[in-house]
Amino acid sequence: MKANSLNKVATLEEAISHIDNGCTLLFGGFGGIGSPPTLINGIIEKDVKDLTLIGNDTGFPEIGIGKIVSQGRAKKVIVSHIGSNPVAGRLMVEGKMEVEFSPQGTLAERIRAGGVGLGGILTDVGLDSMIEEGKQKVIVNGKEFLLETPLTAGIAIVYANKADTYGNLIYETSARNTNPLVAMAGTFTIAEVNEIVSIGELDPGEIETPGIYVDMVIESNGVDWKWPWE
Amino acid sequence: MAMGIDSRNRMAKRAAAEIKDSMIVNLGIGIPSLVSNHLPPSIDVMFHAENGILGMGKSPEKGEEDPNLCNAAGFPVTIVPGGSFFDSATAFGMIRSGYLDISILGGLEVSEQGDLANWIVPGKRVPGIGGAMELAKKAKKVIVLMNHTNKNGKPKILKECTMPLTAKRCVNLIITDMAVIDVTERGLVLKEVMAPYTINDVIENTASSLLLSNNVTTIT
Repeated sequence: MKANSLNKVATLEEAISHIDNGCTLLFGGFGGIGSPPTLINGIIEKDVKDLTLIGNDTGFPEIGIGKIVSQGRAKKVIVSHIGSNPVAGRLMVEGKMEVEFSPQGTLAERIRAGGVGLGGILTDVGLDSMIEEGKQKVIVNGKEFLLETPLTAGIAIVYANKADTYGNLIYETSARNTNPLVAMAGTFTIAEVNEIVSIGELDPGEIETPGIYVDMVIESNGVDWKWPWE
Repeated sequence: MAMGIDSRNRMAKRAAAEIKDSMIVNLGIGIPSLVSNHLPPSIDVMFHAENGILGMGKSPEKGEEDPNLCNAAGFPVTIVPGGSFFDSATAFGMIRSGYLDISILGGLEVSEQGDLANWIVPGKRVPGIGGAMELAKKAKKVIVLMNHTNKNGKPKILKECTMPLTAKRCVNLIITDMAVIDVTERGLVLKEVMAPYTINDVIENTASSLLLSNNVTTIT
């Protein structure tokens, strides 16, 4: 039926069936805020291992993607920061988890580039630092830039406040952070949302991520972790 | 301390004096995050956060926290009238395009050229870069707030940084628990000392050349 082909609402089980050992997973969130809690718990319950994670940071040990990292479920992370998760630092030092650092703004643009079909980005951020090692330099109008490569992943998980059944997304306050970028860069993007409404109920002008980028929508069980200030 | 203000807040207060009306300002974590507490109410500032906020307000009252509304360090904040939310790519677009008037950062080492190292202690602590490279390189004015010496009492202001750099020639002003130092074309210039330290204390604990301004004042 035509109407059903636009319906992307699924169960947590259906969503998690797409996430397997060894896969590359892009995740939304910044310091755990805006990471999808129900999907993260589902990944842990399914006992998924050897993940390559791409996202802003490794969260806090018990918050956001940090829960997956702290349990040693990632073999590699591509992030800007691990300082708020001491377990991530320990796993890195012990050689149990590879860490690739990208400057935060560069990382956001690399994910965006992956999502919008660009071959890379040029930035002077990271020149004259360890970040430039092994990277191609490009001169444009006499100015030197680093060529930073795009990032994509087979699976992307994001958190939004509202979705319609087509997967159009609206975020909430600063929980937006990297989510709109991550949503675009996944081959298969799963959105966890607080509220799912019928198609046509969202104001098209207020939609932040068009449903074209979203393959599956699940309802959130809500945030279940304690925040760092608690 | 006798003056009733601890050294961290004295540094934050001095940094706050650099902020003028209508500026766009980004505060790093640690001592820089205290700066907003010392702004006079007559000054309107838009605080920027890397996760995607312009117009960050005060910490909420206990029990009033919104788990979705946090600063770049993951701690709850509020939003002021006229504030906005956006994605992280836009947040960094603002930084790279030069919209930030002041970035206040922590530091591990600063060189006499204004090079900054603040993201990695090789073999020891590797917190990661976060947004420091963009902020240090692109803000119109970069203020580093740090202790004058490290845990072992060794100077953190050096001829050349020994740790991996965040950005070259980026620091404009250094505020420590001992002194306020301008980074100029001529080199580092001591402007102010924090009592009870003296000019000699500052010189002894600084491992680079240090010019004295014509009138070195004392902050009590």
